[in-house]
Amino acid sequence: MTVTTAAPPSPAAEAPARGPRRAVRLRRAALPYVLLLPALVLELLVHLVPMTVGAVMSFKELTQFFVRDWGSAPWTGLGNYRVAVRFDAPVGQALLHSFLITCGFTVLSVGLSWLLGTAAAILTQERFRGRALLRGVFLIPYALPVYAAVITWSFMFQRDNGLVNHLFHDQLHLASGHPFWLIGGNSFAALVTVSVWRSWPFAFLCLTAGLQNIPRELYEAAAMDGAGIWQQIRRITMPSLRPVNQVLVLVLFLWTFNDFNTPYVLFGKSAPDAADVISIHIYQSSFITWNFGSGAAMSVLLLLFLLLVTAGYLIATTRGRDADA
Amino acid sequence: MPNPKARALAVVAAALALTATACGGGTTISGSGGNAHPRTLTYWASNQGASLADDKRVLAPELAKFQRQTGIKVKLEVIGWPDLLNRVLAATISGQGPDVLNIGNTWSASLQATGALMPFDAGTLAAIGGRDRFAPAALAATGAAGRDPAAVPLYSLSYGLYWNRKLFRQAGIARPPATWDELTADGRKLTGAGHWGLAVEGASFAENAHHAFILGQQHSADFFTADGRPRFNSPRAVAAVKQFVDFMAKDKITAPGDAEYAAQQSVQDFASGKAAMLMWQSAASSLKAHGMRPDDYGVAPVPFQTADASGRTRVDSMVAGINLAVFRNSQNHDGAVKFVKFMTSTTEQKTLNAAYGSIPPVTQAQGDPAFASADLTTLREVLARTATPLPQVPDESQFETLVGTAVKDLFADAAAGRPVTEASVRAALTKAQQQLPTS
Repeated sequence: MTVTTAAPPSPAAEAPARGPRRAVRLRRAALPYVLLLPALVLELLVHLVPMTVGAVMSFKELTQFFVRDWGSAPWTGLGNYRVAVRFDAPVGQALLHSFLITCGFTVLSVGLSWLLGTAAAILTQERFRGRALLRGVFLIPYALPVYAAVITWSFMFQRDNGLVNHLFHDQLHLASGHPFWLIGGNSFAALVTVSVWRSWPFAFLCLTAGLQNIPRELYEAAAMDGAGIWQQIRRITMPSLRPVNQVLVLVLFLWTFNDFNTPYVLFGKSAPDAADVISIHIYQSSFITWNFGSGAAMSVLLLLFLLLVTAGYLIATTRGRDADA
Repeated sequence: MPNPKARALAVVAAALALTATACGGGTTISGSGGNAHPRTLTYWASNQGASLADDKRVLAPELAKFQRQTGIKVKLEVIGWPDLLNRVLAATISGQGPDVLNIGNTWSASLQATGALMPFDAGTLAAIGGRDRFAPAALAATGAAGRDPAAVPLYSLSYGLYWNRKLFRQAGIARPPATWDELTADGRKLTGAGHWGLAVEGASFAENAHHAFILGQQHSADFFTADGRPRFNSPRAVAAVKQFVDFMAKDKITAPGDAEYAAQQSVQDFASGKAAMLMWQSAASSLKAHGMRPDDYGVAPVPFQTADASGRTRVDSMVAGINLAVFRNSQNHDGAVKFVKFMTSTTEQKTLNAAYGSIPPVTQAQGDPAFASADLTTLREVLARTATPLPQVPDESQFETLVGTAVKDLFADAAAGRPVTEASVRAALTKAQQQLPTS
């Protein structure tokens, strides 16, 4: 301060002018952050805080004796994690089994949803009478509330009075005897069916949107050059849809891998072994056996796995695209 | 601060601090409740009637009566059984819950261990009329032995063997079976042409666990050691569970389709005559709802291993029922105790138990003619003489879900035609036990 007062008149005259200007600059620079602040606070509240709490829980022995006062639960360090990944012991074995089931389920569900969505999107690309209606009908599963839809499926899958057995056995005579769908080995097929039914309209919707961006001239030119329908799909449609597919497959993968509603509504609290997907398994580890620390540790492991897969997927697909370009 | 990065960091730090304090304010758990809100009470009732609406209809006039007497308004929420335990757990974890709540009496010890429920110490028990008003069997299912009860009995229930009089007559069977050998023999006569001897709720873990426990008692099997550690796979427990699953697997008197029943379809099958026998707790109101007249069926005690079973193997039911508990964080502690006193008063006990077809755990109310029907007399005698409470240990509710689920999987095996052997039962029970924390 003393320096400023002792300084010659010219810089002193400049100083007050620089002050407000700097303030303006500062305000202008801060504006985006201020505007982002509400979103940031909500993001922290809604996403990050619960996740952090979950991560903290995973280091505690949070059983029924401590749930009322979390602070009193003893720290176990990596104890919960050690139990979860010791694959030669029962808990770890069950988790591994559940993880593998989930992987199989996700691959099948995402693959079939994508295939159905792509086929339907391409088939409805050309204008024809009733196209809008057909597209609307295709989207119905996506528009229905999950619970109502899946409960209806669980009625249809009932062994004695269900529609599925009635159709396959009583009407079409395809099955011998009435198989079970909601218990035992077939439950996996039932789960995949309902999951595909629920998620393929989303693939259809995204891909339909993606197809609108492909110029018609490309197809016309290809047709002139003698490319058949398969070649057109392979050489024009698929490469053009690449950015859409990149996001679509990732989103479907994450949703399906984490899907809790479908198996929960279909099978209730204890899913059959063949359809014991990881979300239900973790729920059971926390709520049914009242061991929230162990459940939280499994959730953190799941999160890490999904982060890893997502990062790997994004790196692989982006690099591939860069190489193409 | 010339550096924009530093400024951004400061903004983030400020936001973080804000969020942290906001959270700190929201989740403070008040230690032991008090009397901050003396004019209102929140009451979570369990689903006892044919539907949640039915429960509201039964309870509303009684709650209005309580308000007239005390000036306290009771906010009622009826919660279905599939959600109740989760809701109670969530309330325990968050500290935000009702003032008074119904719990399944088998959960008493598990919930007692969490410390979420107010213990009924001598003073509180005296305030609601004393411990002696309740039937001893019902009081035995209110928490761990030697500790103050975590709840008081509200409605009592016990298992009975429901049998279809017409189907028995047609098959030439004079009376209901008294031993399991008789039951399987009768069952074989009753099975055929779309009819089955016995209906079970094979995918309901609670029903499965109860029957595993009852048969376990008859085989002298304890699912817990004296100090509360799980022992699900002892040879006797294996024998008990196998006997239950064998109704479908070996004796073939239970329809394979029962393996996926979890929404009271077995009660429907019994009411419609598809099955001739059913083991259930106070099924009268459900059977009526499904159109079965009271004189179409009889209620007998659940069979024993031998007709002259005695001692600890002479058990044919668990002490089933609903308890009424006070949430420790209640902000209307005195009002909550008043409400418990009201609900366990002799008048209310008569009204409510008569409406629900259950047995009043308050001995004074049991003498009422409403509970003198042949069915309820049988069930009451079972409760008084041959019923045992489920183990009152902290891991009890885990026992129900784990062993019940193991039995569900075994039924699924039996239904699919896979063999159910001693080894497969032991493996299923061992797997169930291993899911519990090892401590």
